[in-house]
Amino acid sequence: MFSVDLIFEAVLFGILLGCFYAAVSLGLSVAFGLLDVPYVAHPALLILGSYFTYALCQTGIDPILCGLLLMPVFYLIGIAFYRFYYETFEKRSTDTGVRGLAFFFGMAFIIEVCLILVFGVDQRTVSASYIGSSLEIGDYRLPYRMLVAFVIALSLTFVMTIYFSKTFNGRAIKAVGQDEGALRLMGANPVKIKQLAFGIATAVNGLAGAMLIIVGPVEPAMDRIYIGRTFCVVVLAGLGSMSGTLVAGLVLGIAESIVMMTLGPSWAPAVSFGLLLLMLGARPQGLFGR
Amino acid sequence: MDKMRRKVIGAGGAGLLASSLPSGMAFAQGAPVKIGMSMPLTGGLGAGGQAALIGLRLWVDDINAKGGLLGRKVELLVFDDQSNGANTPGIYTKLIDVDKVDLLIAPYGTNPTAPIIPMVKERGLLLMGNFSFQVNAKVQHDMWFNNAPWGDAKSWSEGFLELGKRAGAKSVAIFAAEGEFQQNLANGARELIKTSGLTVAYDQNYPGNNTDFSSIIRAVRASKAEAVFVACYPNESVAIMRSVNEIGLGPQVQVFGGGMVGLGFGPVMHGLGSLLNGVLNFNSYVPGMKYPGIEDFLKRYSERALEAKVDRLGYYLPPYNYAIGQMIEQAVNATKSLDHKRLADYLRKNEMKTIVGPINFDKNGERAKPALIQAQFRNIKDNDWDQFKTPGKQVVVWPTAEKQGDVITPFDKARKAT
Repeated sequence: MFSVDLIFEAVLFGILLGCFYAAVSLGLSVAFGLLDVPYVAHPALLILGSYFTYALCQTGIDPILCGLLLMPVFYLIGIAFYRFYYETFEKRSTDTGVRGLAFFFGMAFIIEVCLILVFGVDQRTVSASYIGSSLEIGDYRLPYRMLVAFVIALSLTFVMTIYFSKTFNGRAIKAVGQDEGALRLMGANPVKIKQLAFGIATAVNGLAGAMLIIVGPVEPAMDRIYIGRTFCVVVLAGLGSMSGTLVAGLVLGIAESIVMMTLGPSWAPAVSFGLLLLMLGARPQGLFGR
Repeated sequence: MDKMRRKVIGAGGAGLLASSLPSGMAFAQGAPVKIGMSMPLTGGLGAGGQAALIGLRLWVDDINAKGGLLGRKVELLVFDDQSNGANTPGIYTKLIDVDKVDLLIAPYGTNPTAPIIPMVKERGLLLMGNFSFQVNAKVQHDMWFNNAPWGDAKSWSEGFLELGKRAGAKSVAIFAAEGEFQQNLANGARELIKTSGLTVAYDQNYPGNNTDFSSIIRAVRASKAEAVFVACYPNESVAIMRSVNEIGLGPQVQVFGGGMVGLGFGPVMHGLGSLLNGVLNFNSYVPGMKYPGIEDFLKRYSERALEAKVDRLGYYLPPYNYAIGQMIEQAVNATKSLDHKRLADYLRKNEMKTIVGPINFDKNGERAKPALIQAQFRNIKDNDWDQFKTPGKQVVVWPTAEKQGDVITPFDKARKAT
């Protein structure tokens, strides 16, 4: 019933979808994967990024440029979030996991309510020349909006991989995740390093949020859809691996796309979490975890 | 401030308030008539719910300006069910047992309404339905009255499939969200297809949290179906239409649409703009249809909607919510009572006069004569709110009694038609 062409097209689209999943998960990969902070407000910040993009777009700015402009703003938001989290929970070092979870759930809820109060509950979309049309190669049609997500994901992964492996601050962030005490003995301040990492994790959400509203319409409660999927990508990747996040996103995207095309869309969520269960059973540290 | 001074100021304030009321607003002694409901004010149905509530509040203002019900002021108690059916039984239990409301209105939508029907039946309470679909088909509560213009499951797809068949379609693709409403709709189409000589080329459900439809549209295109029936809620409509535009359905498709709920909402229509062209979809009201009083209502609604930042057109739900109020008003005034059995008896036996036309109910509390239409979007431009207020942008093509024009097929041609 399904031709090779159709499966090939499903794989092509799966790659684009996978890159989209990776891009929306990269920030979480830093906060949860490297720093072990239960950053469940991550999807809410993504949606906040989408709404800020929407607001900026009303002035005629291109959505991608909006995303880039939002990155420094989100960096500051991330620093403020971490500072509050540190002073309230981490510094007292009691039940940081559970209390942190409750704190970030609370933040996510507050962001959602604020979005409803300011923007209402209607769906919001943006328009740009690359939204709503597709690249035709023979019989294949690839939506430009997904190609944009593909380019953003690849660029973000490349920049973050280089940053975490080649720069002093990047390596310090990786080190603080592995052994905070040892880093302190080396003369570095773990709190400042974590603050920097949290800022970066949140700054990525500014651009990823712009990408989200380019890919599809958003509404304030949409963060709930992305909680499961982003955590799935990060755990599948192996906590803290940037290139692993891209590969995990691709695995998930391709698998979902093929399943949607062959077995039917109802099976797609089962694929995401089925893969996660398989991975946790066979390789608990994830694809690229150590 | 001492107690005496407070009393004096309080009495003075009350006196001033009473003297400022128009003469028609003088209420007789007695507690207000409390009408309770949940409404999806957030979540997937939130946009529709907020607009619907404006319609209902307009009726509350109007009835209170006329002196209320039975000389008592009307008070509306509304709780947000977050578009989640799991929340509604708790809310309605509270409304009945704690708030002790006099009358109940159902939340907008099938999925939030379905869980409360058994409870209201068990307690023998009147429930005014609010655009839900087939929720009473199995429970058979005899005190349920739905404001929606549709009848049974087949009434949604009947016109769509008939028009497709007339255009030469022999095979149908169906895709529907996994929800009570969407599945009822798709089942109606499936039943009709069995008896109409059409064949099913593709039939799949998708999870409610699906965010991209490119893969589904690819599979539909590969099926070479000649009619594509979609049953979805508002959140999915925009993503589906974008994917249709990007991927394409193939030149063989005669008609596309059918049961896409979001395409009746102003913000969705405005956001999609020209992508809507050619879509043949169900509707409850489009400009050009003549219902007494609806134009005045929409004018007043629009002013409030702009302030509240919700759907400024309000064609889909708000007039029907105002109509719920009108039906309650007519029944209470005629029976001079708030007794649920007497009200239900009146609603069952009499014609209701509303701004969405006369309504008679069948034994299941649904419309005795369905008034659902199929309309085709034409010549829609991007970024233009006002175009949707003019007749001719959504042309009624079915049923014959309401017809404003002929359906244009195939779908590709209809998309370019002016």
